[in-house]
Amino acid sequence: MAEIRLMKGNEVLAEAAIRCGCDGYFGYPITPQSEVMETLMAREPWNETGMVVLQAESEVAAINMLYGAAGTGKKSMTSSSSPGISLMSEGLSYIAGAELPCLVVNVQRGGPGLGTIQPSQADYFQAVKGGGHGDYKLIVLAPSSVQEMNDFVDLGFELAFKYRNPAMILTDGALGQMMEKVELAEFKPRWTEEEIENKFGVWASTGKKTNRDRNVVTSLVMDSEEMEQNNLRFQEKYKKMEEEEVRYEAIQCEDADFIIVAFGTCSRVCLKSVELARAKGLKVGLLRPITLFPFPNKIIKELARKSKGFLSVEMSAGQMVEDIKLAVYEAGSTVRVNYYGRMGGIIPTPEEVVDALEDKFSWEISYGVKRSY
Amino acid sequence: MELKDLIKPENLVYDKSKVQRDVYMHYCPGCSHGVVHKILSELIEELDIQDKTIGIAPVGCAVFAYNYIDVDWQEAAHGRAPAVATGVARLNPEKFVFTYQGDGDLASIGSAEIMHACNRGENILVIFINNGIYGMTGGQMAPTTLEGMVTSTTPSGRNTDLNGYPMKITNLIAELPGTSYVTRQAVHTAAAVRKCKRSVKKAIQNVLDKKGTSFVEVVSTCNSGWKMTPDGANKWMAENMLPYYPLGDLKDSIKGEPISEN
Amino acid sequence: MTEEMIIAGFGGQGVLSMGKILAYSGIMEDKEVTWFPSYGPEMRGGTANVTVILSDTRISSPIVKHFDTAIILNQQSLDKFQDSVKPGGTLLYDPNGIIHPPERTDINIYKVDATVTAVEMGNPKVFNMIVFGSYLKVRPILTLDNVEKGLEKSLPVRYHKLIPLNIQAIKKGQEIVESVLEV
Ligand SMILES: Cc1ncc(C[n+]2csc(CCOP(=O)(O)OP(=O)(O)O)c2C)c(N)n1
Repeated sequence: MAEIRLMKGNEVLAEAAIRCGCDGYFGYPITPQSEVMETLMAREPWNETGMVVLQAESEVAAINMLYGAAGTGKKSMTSSSSPGISLMSEGLSYIAGAELPCLVVNVQRGGPGLGTIQPSQADYFQAVKGGGHGDYKLIVLAPSSVQEMNDFVDLGFELAFKYRNPAMILTDGALGQMMEKVELAEFKPRWTEEEIENKFGVWASTGKKTNRDRNVVTSLVMDSEEMEQNNLRFQEKYKKMEEEEVRYEAIQCEDADFIIVAFGTCSRVCLKSVELARAKGLKVGLLRPITLFPFPNKIIKELARKSKGFLSVEMSAGQMVEDIKLAVYEAGSTVRVNYYGRMGGIIPTPEEVVDALEDKFSWEISYGVKRSY
Repeated sequence: MELKDLIKPENLVYDKSKVQRDVYMHYCPGCSHGVVHKILSELIEELDIQDKTIGIAPVGCAVFAYNYIDVDWQEAAHGRAPAVATGVARLNPEKFVFTYQGDGDLASIGSAEIMHACNRGENILVIFINNGIYGMTGGQMAPTTLEGMVTSTTPSGRNTDLNGYPMKITNLIAELPGTSYVTRQAVHTAAAVRKCKRSVKKAIQNVLDKKGTSFVEVVSTCNSGWKMTPDGANKWMAENMLPYYPLGDLKDSIKGEPISEN
Repeated sequence: MTEEMIIAGFGGQGVLSMGKILAYSGIMEDKEVTWFPSYGPEMRGGTANVTVILSDTRISSPIVKHFDTAIILNQQSLDKFQDSVKPGGTLLYDPNGIIHPPERTDINIYKVDATVTAVEMGNPKVFNMIVFGSYLKVRPILTLDNVEKGLEKSLPVRYHKLIPLNIQAIKKGQEIVESVLEV
């Protein structure tokens, strides 16, 4: 039987990494995610699976260690929180440019700057629009429970290797510090040298064999024509992700007049808001994007045609709301898209969200029809 | 005798420096940061330089230094204080600029910035608090953590095979021609506090005289992070830290001159 | 069944670990559980609180405005959370150090002199288990059997020898809890 435990989100990230056959973790302490490395160091996986765990001298070093490890085809990851992720952004751009598969976890805290150590979702833009320089995308997964913190480690690696692209788990301090019941995965063996050579020998720097050309891991292409071709190939890849990898959960959306869109911690809050609103006779549903890139455009377009309004609920000044608006615009719909959120480390309450919904859509609620801009 | 008869200026035996703000400190009881803050405050008052002092605060427990020492401050990103100080000092050569950094901030994430600021001989004072641990984030290993020392990321003790060796960064700094005065002090006894204060005073004077970078390491305790009593931490420091990080001047020369033999 | 509760007091009173044992006991009873602490530097000797939710169905918001139960272990927490108890809900508190007792008239109020009893039992550390026992008495949502299993799961093996003492403290708490007001 699967092993069931009560664990913190941060702890489970560590445990899931060990169990899914991760080869290496590089990190630098920062609240509210230091438990990831602390759990790994206490577990000593190098004795159990051979996984390497290293405390780097900085996030800049950690992300470049990750570049090196991923460049040899090994399953490697790092985790940090917002200020550290900013430092890693340069490296992430290089990793995306060199098309290296790896996993990065951002346990977000409130910014900008040093900000606060309390939870936030204000790194949404940074995660889904790039963060570093150049036209690149991360595969971004947004867990909303400790169970998903566990599951998305394996899923993140799977997608990263499928597309040779960095994947990110975008979570926050609340999910990192929270304990919930979690069903742990079975142990998977780490890939052997031969398996890596067989799977990734075409690109990874594993040591040149006589039967193949040398492999050079780089993001540098001096010839513009060639670099444009590279970029076009990346864009193809991102398009394929948009076609094949969108994940979301739609809760009570079938008959809903109003759709709340929220991810991660906010989606948990809004699940209750839906209950509260329905108890008041308001037909409200919840759309929870699980992949933030690729973003669930299609379902939003469908819902735009039949609903009377969208409310994006975020722990930021309103970032995801822009992507919802884009999808609604592309659907040719004029339904109103509003935002409600809190900043600085504050999580909205379910009651607040219902109040905001009633307030922002008071026109639609009183007349029972949608109102165009 | 009535209390009010006692409370007279001429009976005053101790007063807090005017440069030290009258607020509660967040430092744990027994922490060395408070003592070093006091030394700095007293010296800024004694040398009458409050109006020309600009402090650069680190990221670490001393991130809130700006709440305690009543001078103008800038809060830097983690490890970047020497670069921030460079910007301040280069454009404001008549000011007294100092950074105040922990061992994680200075010797780990900020090791590049400190090396280059010192190598350029920036005319600043660097106060380096070496408590062998990351205090602020809950007691992880620092570059200065002693071999075998238990921290939250070295739960079975620092293993040099895995984590390398405790870094004597002050010795490296002393090698750089840009530095003029490099010393290692402590504040665990009254005598050590007095000695440390003399060193910091000399260091400040060096900066005021435009002699390049002065660097004062203070070997410190972090009783919370070390999970000890304040007194126990002082004793542990004397027995374990000081043999590895011996106190005394590492360099005392004018900028650009070769290191004196010692 | 869904029970949303807050446990609040000083850091060091065992607030977080009581919540953890409660959550683990809930898992033994096959319930969904969420344990959501306040975190940050305030943990060091300041106030500490944790929201614990037990439910037969998927748990929604970890952020709760109105609690079914509040377990209150100091005055600041009483002042902060008294008004957050749902009408008809339950407030359990230790009167030690409480200058202004609860004033609500629309909730069930119980008190347990756990601080004093723990000292009488010769081990101040079982304080939180006495409180836990009182909670189980006034809100019998978990069986003692599953609590024992929960203790086994949440305590490291080297502390397992202390489980009988903890169970004894829980039973003591069940005995000594006093009703102040029942609605
Ligand atoms: C880029 C970045 N990474 C990590 C952190 C988290 N962080 C805050 S303080 C600190 C370590 C401070 O240790 P030290 O410099 O030794 O000072 P102490 O707290 O011991 O005084 C870290 C890693 C941060 N604020 N920013």
